[in-house]
Amino acid sequence: MAIPRFWREIPSRYNLIGTECGNCGKKFFPPRIICPDCHRKSVGKMKNVRFKGTGEVVTYSVIHNAPKAFEMQVPYIIAIIEFEKGVRATGQIIDCEPKDVKIGMKVVSTFRKIGEDGKSGVIYYGYKFKPA
Amino acid sequence: MREVAVIGIGETKFGELWDKSFREIGIEAGLLAIQDAGIKGNEIDALYIGNMSAGKFIDQEHIAPLVADYVGLAGQNLPATRIEAAGASGGLALSSAYMAVASEVHDIVVVGGAEKMTDVSEVYAQEILASTADQEWESVFGATFAGLHAMIARRHMHEYGTTKEQLAQVAVKNHKNGALNPNAQYRKELSLEIVISAPMVAEPLGLFDCAPLSDGAAALVLCPLDRAKSYTDKPVRIASCGQAGDYMALHDRRDICVMDATVVAGKKAFKYAGIGPKDINLAEVNDNYTISEILAIEDLGFFKKGEGGKATEEERTALNSEISVNPSGGLKARGQPVGATGVAQAVEVVRQLRGEAGKRQVKEARYGLAHNVGGTGSTVIVHIFEGGI
Amino acid sequence: MGCDYVEIGIVSYGAYVPRFRITPSEIAAVWGVDGESMSKGLGITSKSVPGPDEDVITISVEAARIALARCKIDPKDIGTIYVGSESHPYAVKPSATIVAEAIGATPDMTAADYEFACKAGTAAIQTCAGLVGSGFIKYGIAIGADTSQGAPGDALEYTASAGGAAYVIGRENVIARINRTCSFTTDTPDFWRREGEKYPSHGGRFTGEPAYFKHIISCTTNLLQSIGTKPSDYNYAVFHQPNGKFPVSVAKKLGFSKEQIKEGLLTPVIGNTYSGAVLIGLAAILDVAKPNDKIIMVAYGSGAGSDAFDITVTDAIESLARDGSQSVAAIIKNHTFVSYATYAKYMGKIHLRGA
Repeated sequence: MAIPRFWREIPSRYNLIGTECGNCGKKFFPPRIICPDCHRKSVGKMKNVRFKGTGEVVTYSVIHNAPKAFEMQVPYIIAIIEFEKGVRATGQIIDCEPKDVKIGMKVVSTFRKIGEDGKSGVIYYGYKFKPA
Repeated sequence: MREVAVIGIGETKFGELWDKSFREIGIEAGLLAIQDAGIKGNEIDALYIGNMSAGKFIDQEHIAPLVADYVGLAGQNLPATRIEAAGASGGLALSSAYMAVASEVHDIVVVGGAEKMTDVSEVYAQEILASTADQEWESVFGATFAGLHAMIARRHMHEYGTTKEQLAQVAVKNHKNGALNPNAQYRKELSLEIVISAPMVAEPLGLFDCAPLSDGAAALVLCPLDRAKSYTDKPVRIASCGQAGDYMALHDRRDICVMDATVVAGKKAFKYAGIGPKDINLAEVNDNYTISEILAIEDLGFFKKGEGGKATEEERTALNSEISVNPSGGLKARGQPVGATGVAQAVEVVRQLRGEAGKRQVKEARYGLAHNVGGTGSTVIVHIFEGGI
Repeated sequence: MGCDYVEIGIVSYGAYVPRFRITPSEIAAVWGVDGESMSKGLGITSKSVPGPDEDVITISVEAARIALARCKIDPKDIGTIYVGSESHPYAVKPSATIVAEAIGATPDMTAADYEFACKAGTAAIQTCAGLVGSGFIKYGIAIGADTSQGAPGDALEYTASAGGAAYVIGRENVIARINRTCSFTTDTPDFWRREGEKYPSHGGRFTGEPAYFKHIISCTTNLLQSIGTKPSDYNYAVFHQPNGKFPVSVAKKLGFSKEQIKEGLLTPVIGNTYSGAVLIGLAAILDVAKPNDKIIMVAYGSGAGSDAFDITVTDAIESLARDGSQSVAAIIKNHTFVSYATYAKYMGKIHLRGA
């Protein structure tokens, strides 16, 4: 992955920074520059907002065939987590046996390695979720 | 706006075509379609070609003039355009060509779709597929393309009670159809037991719940309907085309179990064609994963939401049942060279409407529908065709 | 070293230990060694293993976030972060900047990484105390964390483990005062790792008397003499703990009882967390300590040096949330055992497809 591409997203990947529409108050994660409901009324009015990282599992899967960067973690759990109504994110669930994941399970975000550019490249950190 | 017809079709075999390069498969499908249409090279006004990721699969961008060149049309400075919309690249190439002919910008247009996926490692090929999802917020965390569809399946099972067996029945049916298709990648029937007990790829989807990686190309020739009969006895009219988009990431969709883009595109296509789901008994729909076909037959309105699994289990989508879904074998058995898929679906529908489908002929089909999806549903395009005109 | 005119101390703390464990028997079986004897000889029943997505940086962030979650300071008031480790993920690029970003303390601050074998974390505390005491900064965070490795088949393989703890140092809202700190430093090559080498080397029995014992004993003796205290004045004592035997032995030699060191002695179940060792031990003590309890903490780092601290718990500790899921006991309780094969995979001793 290109370094600047990762570096730009650090606030969201490390600290769950999303945005809130200054016009209607709707929240977004990852951050959006334009509110899909308010359109031009939202331009320039989006404020940063930090999500706590607590949420519920909406759906999940246990991955067996993984991309190269994730082969060491197989099998791992990927899930869609709902932070609050209308705000969802995709991430791994860790510290949990695949058989124990359930839809509706409460989770909290943690800070983990999410990848690296090989042994001599940059290490990418970001959020994963563990049972609350 | 004038009416548009399909006057020629062609496709390569789909599979691991080690001996054939990207150019060769493009040429092969194109030539077959042109010969089938009975047109001469200098009658072609433009080429639209769908391709997802030649840049990554074969390190080649700008493939439209490349294919035009190698089909022998560079000498006439043919305008050639590449369309990319992930899995819907082929369908959008068709709709672009359709709009060009309908709006009288061009008269005779060749539509192609081609992808060469097997030169790179399987792992890398899957990563390329995953780049059609939301790279920064899905793929980067390890959500593979299969994983995203598996999450849809899991939620569908949770909300509607769809079972693994019902998902597997999609594969069983499509492999049964594929066995009757000489160009299909897989031509062997699969039993329910084999599908269910296959190794897991992304739970609950196993190896046979997922379409393969394939090489292949398909092509069509379009011309104005009022001229079609001078080329063929069996022109097929493009009755309508509906396209819709949706949020990129699965986690932003309104409802994980509904592909809103399919619902919207389908409604547009039906409305413009002046018919409804009940008028369709022949459909080539997206089945890159078994759950995708279940969603498709629900979201296109053939069955109620949540009942797609049951309908499949009850064989209401089998060949020559209530509605023949994926008589070609679908992406599952026929193969899924991504950019070619949308065009191959149209080729099959046209072939069926002409009555030329041999052992897998759908009887008494007047209309046929092709449903082509990009990503996990951020692009959907639906074409409806009419035969017997 | 001590500051008599201003109160400097610990404002909050947090510890984190990865949840995977491996037993000496599991390791011993691979090398044809008697696991039971190894276990008894080292005084260890299990050690922690970092997961494949964990490293010193993720461990430091977890610990720091626990520390910050239970105190009310604004991350922007943190003037410095020092991360001490001998297994920093990067040889060049500080762990501290990533931790700083992850806790929202950037950009108006300073940061750096420390290395001094197992006492890099306490060295960080001393520096923070200096910056805080001099008024340079309001709060500083000192972290000691490691994902240390022992070469396959080497004695260290049974004890080298992973974990870390973070300490917020300040002058306001202090829950435990650092009254005095004193150090004893010499050039003693008992344990080292050359640049580019994957595993450390050590001097065998040379690591005992001339290294660990000499420095801890000298340093502790100097500290007690400078304050005028004796071992029995302390409620708790935590010494560096490379295995389950050395700290018991050094405590005895110095005149501390088994009772005093019990709470802070965690190596027997989590292994030697190197730069995290005394800091996690101190966290376990702070989890149960009462106001006015006196604690002595003595770290040892090979190469060699010892840092000793005289600490008094304040009333303010009772307002800190200490018995939830963030307690050391709860974190250590959350564990699962792995096989040698899984351990080798997680520690990068075997590489997928020779990568």
